[in-house]
Amino acid sequence: MAENNYRLVVDATDENLHTVLGFLEEHLEEHDCPFKVIMQISLAIEEAFVNVAHYAYEETGTADFDLYFEDGAVTITMTDSGMAFDPLAQEDPDVSLSAEERGIGGLGILLVKKTMTSVEYKREDDKNILIMRREY
Amino acid sequence: MEIIKTLEGNKLTVALKGRLDTTTAPELEGELKGSLDDITSLVMDFKDLEYISSAGLRVLLQVSKIMNGKGEYKIVNVCADIMEVFEITGFIDILTIE
Repeated sequence: MAENNYRLVVDATDENLHTVLGFLEEHLEEHDCPFKVIMQISLAIEEAFVNVAHYAYEETGTADFDLYFEDGAVTITMTDSGMAFDPLAQEDPDVSLSAEERGIGGLGILLVKKTMTSVEYKREDDKNILIMRREY
Repeated sequence: MEIIKTLEGNKLTVALKGRLDTTTAPELEGELKGSLDDITSLVMDFKDLEYISSAGLRVLLQVSKIMNGKGEYKIVNVCADIMEVFEITGFIDILTIE
């Protein structure tokens, strides 16, 4: 019987993206998550993690990942100690604009919202806590 | 990620293999920068591309802006998972996908 809780702490840098995704994919596979869903969760986590890597800290800092599995669902909690930022408070980009008018901002968080079943943000003890749940 | 470029006259085909993500998108940007000056037809072949994130979308959008007015730009052989990302982000309407 596989365990239900896993934790990873990394420095929030682009170089660690594949460490994070490798950790995630390994445990999702152990818990019989379908390949297609693993891909979608990877996408959400890449977007969320890269946001922290690029914007949360003036210098560098860490991102913590906690995975919690229940029957047919995973909850991924990402915590950082960077500046307060609620990704869910940002307006969604206008996806109907033409290529010339389109900026690229906000697409990452849109992908997080669309690929996860639910996403919640909390600010606690000077930490940003993003709770992403996906049923499968 | 592997990037295979094939040039025939003014037509450039760029085949991508693997993952177009935060760590690999700058490679593609670097490969294309400066290679598009005389190009009037650009085809991106996604047959062996498995994954794309917003970093990859950013490069596709930049290329679209460069190619606009210069000629044809299309993406071919897109798998279902990547098509879904194009749908969510509205890229399906701004890129020519065959």
